[in-house]
Amino acid sequence: MIHKYYLNGFYIVLDVHSGGVHVVDAVIYDLLDFVAPPFSQELFEKACAALSDKYTSEQLLEAYEEIKELTEAGVLFSADDYEKFADMMVSAPIKSMCLHVAHDCNLRCKYCFASTGDFGAGRKLLDAETGKKAIDFLLTHSKGRKNLELDFFGGEPLMNMPVIKEVVSYARSKEKEYNKNFRFTVTTNGILLDDEITDYLNREMYNIVLSIDGRKEVNDRMRPTVNQKGSYDVILPKFKNLVDKRGDGQYYVRGTFTKYNLDFAADVLHLNEVGFDQVSVEPVVADPKFDYALTEEDLPRVFEEYEKLAKAMIEKKKKGEGFNFFHFMIDLDQGPCAIKRLRGCGCGNEYVAVTPDGDVYPCHQFVGMEQFKMGSVFDNSINQEMKDDFARANVYTKEECKNCWAKFYCSGGCNANNYQYAGDIRKSFKLSCEMEKKRLECAIMMKAALAADDAE
Amino acid sequence: MKHIKTLNNANLKNSAAKGGCGECQASCQSACKTSCTVANQKCEK
Repeated sequence: MIHKYYLNGFYIVLDVHSGGVHVVDAVIYDLLDFVAPPFSQELFEKACAALSDKYTSEQLLEAYEEIKELTEAGVLFSADDYEKFADMMVSAPIKSMCLHVAHDCNLRCKYCFASTGDFGAGRKLLDAETGKKAIDFLLTHSKGRKNLELDFFGGEPLMNMPVIKEVVSYARSKEKEYNKNFRFTVTTNGILLDDEITDYLNREMYNIVLSIDGRKEVNDRMRPTVNQKGSYDVILPKFKNLVDKRGDGQYYVRGTFTKYNLDFAADVLHLNEVGFDQVSVEPVVADPKFDYALTEEDLPRVFEEYEKLAKAMIEKKKKGEGFNFFHFMIDLDQGPCAIKRLRGCGCGNEYVAVTPDGDVYPCHQFVGMEQFKMGSVFDNSINQEMKDDFARANVYTKEECKNCWAKFYCSGGCNANNYQYAGDIRKSFKLSCEMEKKRLECAIMMKAALAADDAE
Repeated sequence: MKHIKTLNNANLKNSAAKGGCGECQASCQSACKTSCTVANQKCEK
């Protein structure tokens, strides 16, 4: 399977099953509308007849030979031989956990999928005992996996700082005995950051996700405080302070865009301009009944905005002012292996979420959906049948993914989104797919543009 | 080649043969939490 597209002056051809990325000229691009294996003189002649007004027969023959050469080398029209690996997709050790330390929040973000922080189940903080049980759960269910990830999540996790500290120190005390390496992350709105907490997080957290939407008016419209005041002026200096002190440590400023700011490229660029070089701004997940929800009619505008952002980022990079936008980051050579790419996030299988009550869910997005409660840290239980079902959700068991060119980049999308919108974890949510494909096209085009610049 | 420039090693198939150790980060843990891109994750090997 191949996918070809034209963007920003580049003709790009992706060979899906080898991962090959080719920048081609117009002759090849047009010729690929006609020729494919099994190659035949008849097909080629048809192509020549159709393209003779645009290209000389010499150009066409030369291009045709190159297409055949790449095909023989296995990097064009390569066969799909991954299904055998997909059949091997069975239940894996649980090695990532989203720990909900606070089902409460000090902001009232209008798009919050967690119902202002309590996930619709009442405000509650995790207690230290339950937190330690969650660590025990992870230590045993992770079996032979060495690297364990624990994300302190909420609500707003910093509302429960003493428990975070206790859980971190408990987990660290077990690393040697169990031969594990804990990587902690925290996702915070920043309101409660002070110097002491900042230093602690910078020391203990492998990654820190700082929530801010972009320009002041955009952020403050959707992320007000409990008293309906804007949060931008409070959090920005705190985030800058944290990042300044962080050194090389991993972090992202992470925003959400909605129908209210379809010009979100300006928000991404704003976050970079105020001093952040690791930026993620993502489409809102919301029921279409809400005014701010993204709908299919927004897609042309969203696409235009991604293109605008990609072009702006290329220019910045050329000037030596490059920064990372999470969704445009792709490593074409050293990225994850094909096995990882078959099933993506691993929710409900390698990855689970734990609530302040100690209940286990497939991921944070499923929390509060009673039918997806799959275990408890108190009796170390896990619903193996449900876990197996999530384990089998891969790009070959998702009908729309199987024949999609983007399957090895997005890996089947978000199972929770699929469930929320299509009622089935294996049914793709079209809006997300379209945006993801556009982001990938932009990300790969950026590689082409920067490679061309290097060559000059 | 005159008409085609290949940008990478196209080594996805090799990665399948020796991959699947499961030590890499869950994609959702890195920054997204609501969407999925896996190609931006790093291999642990």
